[in-house]
Amino acid sequence: MRFAFKTSYSQDLGIFRDDVQRNWYLALLVGLLVLPLLTPSYLVDVSLVFIYGLCGVSLMVLAGYTGLVSLGHAAFLGIGAYTHVYAIHDLGLPWIAGVVLACVVTAAAGVLVGLPALRMTGVYLSIATLAFALIIQEVLTRWEHVTGGLKGKPVDKPVVFGIGLGGDSAFYFLCLAFLIVGIWLTGNLLRAPTGRAWVAIRDSEIAAQSMGVNLAVYKTSAFAYSAGLMGVAGALFAHKIGFLAPDIFTVLLSIQLLLMVVVGGLGSLHGALYGAVFVALLPVAISQARDSVPAWLSTLATAFGKDAGAATFLAVDQFVKKPGLEPGLFGLILVLFILFEPTGIYGRWRKIQLYFSTFPLYKRATFRRQKSYMRSERLR
Amino acid sequence: MGETPVRIDGWRGAGYKSSISLLSIGEGPRRAPGRTDLDTILQLVLNGLAVGCIYGLVALGFVLIYKATELVNFAQGDLLMLGAFTCYMFVVWHGVGYWLALALAVALVAIFGAVLDATILRRVIGQPQFSVVMLTIGLGAIFRSFASIAWGSEIYTLPTPFSARATRVAGVAVSHEYVSIIVGTVLLCAVLYAFFTFTRVGLAMQASSQNQLAAYYMGIPVKLMFSLIWAISAGVAAIAGVLLAPVSLIDINLGFIGLKAFAAAVLGGFGSIPGALVGGITIGLIELFSGAYLPQGFKDVAAYVVLLVVLAVRPQGMFGSIARKKV
Repeated sequence: MRFAFKTSYSQDLGIFRDDVQRNWYLALLVGLLVLPLLTPSYLVDVSLVFIYGLCGVSLMVLAGYTGLVSLGHAAFLGIGAYTHVYAIHDLGLPWIAGVVLACVVTAAAGVLVGLPALRMTGVYLSIATLAFALIIQEVLTRWEHVTGGLKGKPVDKPVVFGIGLGGDSAFYFLCLAFLIVGIWLTGNLLRAPTGRAWVAIRDSEIAAQSMGVNLAVYKTSAFAYSAGLMGVAGALFAHKIGFLAPDIFTVLLSIQLLLMVVVGGLGSLHGALYGAVFVALLPVAISQARDSVPAWLSTLATAFGKDAGAATFLAVDQFVKKPGLEPGLFGLILVLFILFEPTGIYGRWRKIQLYFSTFPLYKRATFRRQKSYMRSERLR
Repeated sequence: MGETPVRIDGWRGAGYKSSISLLSIGEGPRRAPGRTDLDTILQLVLNGLAVGCIYGLVALGFVLIYKATELVNFAQGDLLMLGAFTCYMFVVWHGVGYWLALALAVALVAIFGAVLDATILRRVIGQPQFSVVMLTIGLGAIFRSFASIAWGSEIYTLPTPFSARATRVAGVAVSHEYVSIIVGTVLLCAVLYAFFTFTRVGLAMQASSQNQLAAYYMGIPVKLMFSLIWAISAGVAAIAGVLLAPVSLIDINLGFIGLKAFAAAVLGGFGSIPGALVGGITIGLIELFSGAYLPQGFKDVAAYVVLLVVLAVRPQGMFGSIARKKV
């Protein structure tokens, strides 16, 4: 087991735990920088991973660190996307000004939601954010001279400081840069007093309040920060999908964003990124499986005769091509994670790490969750 | 429906998705704002009551489960959808009579609810509320997916004994479908009230939802009671689905009506059964009146606006009683 022995304050202030960790991150960065040379065909999917990563970090701040679960984050993504496109397309602002404007407008929307949220806790807040998202979706549909309504709104290629970044690899690097800056900012904020106040609110509002944390300020700031980050992600997302329509930013997208933080592991930035990889690449994996699984199963079934093989192929092929399968699969994964691995992929990774570093002494009970049967929810 | 001035079939969109359907279905002929003749208002009240009853029934399901187990069931609307589909399957595919199909659908969905509790939801009692929310959202997605695979993603109409018939009473076209919803809700509430007040099982359920530990000490099988409550709640959802089916249409997104029922439950204060019904009817009336007298688009968001206002102004709802935690 490795312990971090700190001998000076500069070690405490450093971003990385030790040199080993820093080198691993540098290696990851180098890997990501050379990736466009290796797999040019998957770059679009990987850019989506980066954008989702930014979304995941944003939602992680709110849900994972401050304990405010928002079921309406797709609305912030939508506000960011539409603001950005309106700014660069209709107002003719430069690209970077569009991103800043998206960030500011979305953060303002976040404050707007955050203020009434001060009076709500738990599931009420989720329901309120859900209602907010549904209202925003209707606004996006009806406010036609800004959003284009149901006809949608085409999005130009990004042009940053006069340099066109429309190509796949250029856009890849753009998203990567935004993601790194986002993680760096968020990581630093989370280990600063602000972040500690957020975590305190998550763990116990009453305890935080009595330690002098101003609930109103910190809850609103968590909402504003999370929404602002989501706005930036929305600006990138607009370029990624190339065409905006109100039915993109639905409740289902919000749920997918939440799925990301739950599957990744609540309460860690790593988790947000694992979740982003998972959610962005799962549809790719599913579409690949659609083509290959019927063939596999039919070769398996051919053991029982040729007819069985052909019949299996037809049946399975028909089954996997049904349109409703994918959301159900997402739901199933969500249910399985909540039941069997509530700490998500990152939690599982930590357990594996601990298993090997304490090899013969690992105890399962280390990570067992304590259940509380106290009826605290009704007394707020 | 004759010359009904305000149709409510636009509400199957439930505000959740592709507003394409919202536009194409349309809002029906609208009266000019400001013109308030009595017939229109009566018609709106009647239809609003019917819509509100459905919201109330779904909200009732939320409240029953919440009171007993403190779980908030985001899949309630999807149970409603399953009920409607099961009934449709029996009536149209297997040629079973309407009443028998209704009974079968309710029984099947109720059993399904009990099994769901016994196998999955019981494991998350006592875990953070957030896990429960995500779990039931996931279950809802699975149900929708199951429905689209089992019954297809087309839109169906359920033929009933009340379909497309109306009686004119004092200038108001009283559609039998809407009357069936209101009557069904009233009967169901009476039965539930009698069950919870006068039977031993009902009293045991009340006891176990008030205090689990004390109920255990009194020898009440609390786990079984919870499963039964889930069964009742799922059965109520199925009845709501079957009542709703003739006025709305059946498709896999029917369950999104649950989102509006949330507004009803919150309006009534999440832990109160009469509150849920009153909340549902209020939401239904507000929705229909805003559809008739406000600009387009307000009808679909009216429920959510009310929800946000209630949460911001009076988070405990109309009937709620939430005390502040003492430390």
